[in-house]
Amino acid sequence: MDSASWEALAFYAVAILVAGSALGCVLATNIVRMAMCLLGTLGGVALLYFLLTATFLGVIQLIVYAGGTLILIVFGIMLTSRSVGERLRPRPGEALAATVIFLALLVGLVALLHTGTWASGNNEGTLSVARIGQELLTTWLVPFELASVLLLAVMIGAAYLVQPLGRAPREPGGPRSTEGDS
Amino acid sequence: MAACLSPVGAVRVGTGVQKFAFPIFLILLLASIALAWAPALLWPNKPLLVRDVLAVVGVVAFVSLFAMFAIWWERKVAARIQSRLGPMRVGGWHGWAQSLADGLKLFQKEDIFLAGADRPLYRLAAYIAFVPALCLFLALPFSTAWIARDLDVGLIFILALLGLGVLGVLLAGWASNNKWSIYGAMREACQMISYEIPLGFALLVPILTAGTLRLTAIGDLQDAGFPSWLAFHNPFLLIAAVLFFVATLASCKRAPFDLPEAESELVAGYHTEYSGFRWALFFFAEYAEMFAAGALAAILFFGAWHSPLPAEWGRTWRSGPLWQQALHGVLFSGPLWLIGKGLFFVYVQMWLRWTLPRIRLDQVMYACVQVMLPLAMLNLLAHAVWQWLVPADSLLAQIANGVCTAIGAVTIVAILATIAYGLFHRRRLVGTLVVDHRPGA
Repeated sequence: MDSASWEALAFYAVAILVAGSALGCVLATNIVRMAMCLLGTLGGVALLYFLLTATFLGVIQLIVYAGGTLILIVFGIMLTSRSVGERLRPRPGEALAATVIFLALLVGLVALLHTGTWASGNNEGTLSVARIGQELLTTWLVPFELASVLLLAVMIGAAYLVQPLGRAPREPGGPRSTEGDS
Repeated sequence: MAACLSPVGAVRVGTGVQKFAFPIFLILLLASIALAWAPALLWPNKPLLVRDVLAVVGVVAFVSLFAMFAIWWERKVAARIQSRLGPMRVGGWHGWAQSLADGLKLFQKEDIFLAGADRPLYRLAAYIAFVPALCLFLALPFSTAWIARDLDVGLIFILALLGLGVLGVLLAGWASNNKWSIYGAMREACQMISYEIPLGFALLVPILTAGTLRLTAIGDLQDAGFPSWLAFHNPFLLIAAVLFFVATLASCKRAPFDLPEAESELVAGYHTEYSGFRWALFFFAEYAEMFAAGALAAILFFGAWHSPLPAEWGRTWRSGPLWQQALHGVLFSGPLWLIGKGLFFVYVQMWLRWTLPRIRLDQVMYACVQVMLPLAMLNLLAHAVWQWLVPADSLLAQIANGVCTAIGAVTIVAILATIAYGLFHRRRLVGTLVVDHRPGA
């Protein structure tokens, strides 16, 4: 086999992983299993980036989505769910809304695939980290700084929210221990 | 008691392996020197697939062998620090085959599944802990030529995979459906997320100096001998090296940050419910991460795969007579130096583990948020200002370089001298009773 067919083989393997775990994420009834399926999807997308030699994008995908977001998801789940066996089923209204959004996205993406023009070839040089950094701090400086200000606002908000209420002495478990969490 | 007074070494001259220990060591040394020369000879002519398969097999072999060796080594280090002998029976010479025996035992143990556990996730957790720890070695350079994939973003690739390991621990704790496991997992998540921030800030300092994320490029900046190692360029890099090392201790779950598996509080933490080979995978992952963290510290701050002597000196030897080539092979061999430095940092991690008490979770958080984070941020700022205002060839930069080199040299010599003292007086430290019982000790 030549290198192109190896690449195709790798692509299909990763595509099956991405699609399969996306399906699993929708069909699973347990929230931690959903999160792990999401890891499969996001990690698979990172692998697709690696396959396209966009290593920087792939690594950032791994750090930001697969690493950071999933840690936070699992973190949130552990603080909220009461037991391992909790089942989650969407209500009919939710299912309907999800179907509508899904169909709209599907139509939009297919339309985009048919109308867009796609660059091809080797992009190893154009996607170097040094170049991305330079572009971010020159051409795209304003959006970059706006994103930074947004993140700063989020951090200040988070710091404000976790302030203890009042001056009551801290009980074991904190002043605002979650109720009904036996 | 008369036996105690006689010279201990004369009581029993070694068992099988002890007799051959030196030749085996010499053969291994020669083999690794030969290997150090191999890639330049073998690599360019092979198809990509063959190279990749060889690289992956090499990485898996290295990680497995290193983990087995490190487990035995940790037990010996722990024993010496506690005035014991540690494993002495299996295999003959200092119980060298202990890990092999443990591995065989773990292979044949029953793979227990709990009734209340989430089975697929319980199975998956061990793999999720182990696979990232293995994959990061694909981007870890053992020398300029000895790297499976020389990525443009090698450093953050390794960082991302080090961060992914926490998912396995979280999942293991949750899927076990056991209070203690989930406490361990939550502690790990909390600690890992917090310490990634000072870790990142500490890493930015050498990145700022090198101007690249490519690990081979960062390594080759430091080829002009001991004073050119990045940690000794200015005081801020030295502080960054210390911060980096402490943060990696936390992210590898090593003492004093080993709360996720605190034996005295949580049974065994997140892996309480695991048995057999699944349990071993967690330890393989932990030791692989320890070595990766040590090797990363060496690459970023302590001269990567370069010897303390300037690489310039070796250039002429390489084409000289055979003895010069051999000397060059030993003194300037990249993989040997990198593995040596990595092992040194792994040793320091073990040493700290068996010396320091475990700290409480609130102390862990305090140390991170109130001490390390501000220090790391100020350090980055100060380094940026330094780099902006002080040219590399100015007198101030040279004085800073000299002072930091001296501090580094004194520290390293002191550590090596302590190790040598301990080694020389090991019989006294172990105690006469033990020596009497196992004369080979």
